[in-house]
Amino acid sequence: MADPMRIRAQAAGDKATVRVLMAHEMESGQRKDAAGKTIPAWYINEVSAALNGKVVLTAEWGPSVSKNPFLQFVIKGAKAGDKVQVSWTDNKGDKRSDEATVS
Amino acid sequence: MKHWSWVAALALLPGLACAQKTAADSIAEYRALLADGNPAELFEAKGEDLWKAKRGPKNASLERCDLGQGAGVVKGAFVRLPRWFADTQRVQDLESRLLTCMSTLQGLDAEAIAKTPFGKGEQANMEALVAWISAESRGQRMQLPQAHAAEQRMYELGKRAFFFRGGPMDFSCASCHGEDGKRIRLQDLPNLTKNPGDGVGFAAWPAYRVSSGELWGMQRRLNDCYRQQRFPYPGYASEVTIALAVYMGVNAKGAESIAPAIKR
Repeated sequence: MADPMRIRAQAAGDKATVRVLMAHEMESGQRKDAAGKTIPAWYINEVSAALNGKVVLTAEWGPSVSKNPFLQFVIKGAKAGDKVQVSWTDNKGDKRSDEATVS
Repeated sequence: MKHWSWVAALALLPGLACAQKTAADSIAEYRALLADGNPAELFEAKGEDLWKAKRGPKNASLERCDLGQGAGVVKGAFVRLPRWFADTQRVQDLESRLLTCMSTLQGLDAEAIAKTPFGKGEQANMEALVAWISAESRGQRMQLPQAHAAEQRMYELGKRAFFFRGGPMDFSCASCHGEDGKRIRLQDLPNLTKNPGDGVGFAAWPAYRVSSGELWGMQRRLNDCYRQQRFPYPGYASEVTIALAVYMGVNAKGAESIAPAIKR
């Protein structure tokens, strides 16, 4: 099981800014280990975010995204108290989903 | 006439150079952009869980670990380390103190952890622990104690190690960190013989390094300084690393700690 994400969601006016930190190796598949063997690719390839269960963002990621990625986006119409869920799936099929409350 | 316009253009050049951003400004901007999403937070969260988790042969947590402010007190401990500990009869930095707690409370093998490569096994847990413990003192000012004779001795020892020149390049720590305005590539280097300012030098480590995606504690930072000087690697939590930390920490008295910081 992957480590939890850190999600912060801050409402301002009729919008909320969401900041997400994901714990992931994001191995590109281009690197070699000390023995010269290729380290297999291992990266997040699907990200989605939902506001109170309704999907507001989906993204397809690839091996060029950094280790421990940071994602920031704005949701229109989100108010304090709303729930933001963020989930990802990686190329090994591992999944992680976390939730935060808009403040 | 062409000749004259060249002269005029040349005369303008120094003025242009002044109006441009310096490399240091650009690096500061880059750091500010990254600071909002500092992945050190991920390590902090892991470290807090590790502190409270029952682990090791004795199945105990670290919650009774004394970091110098009493058993289990974490807030404010980081800005007062390294310090003298009566139970071990040694001056210890955060990482060597954690080794003591992991062996006495949890029954883990401190020697084996000290020999583990950085970022692997229990060393990875150590990184998370120092991230969280340092974050608990974020915003506080460095105030290392110097009352005990052993702490004063370590300061003097650290000073000697700092100025000790050797290795194939005849380097010392002071070669790079002994005066103001030095740099390596485009990175400004702090002058560690005095207080280099808030959140600079000793007050900025542990830190998350973006280029490698790793969290480095002070022990790893010093280990890499020794590598850059082409010195033999110092032992993990060895006396010389703690002495250097005392020297830098005491010099940084009053500097605000921003650890865990974010680095290029």
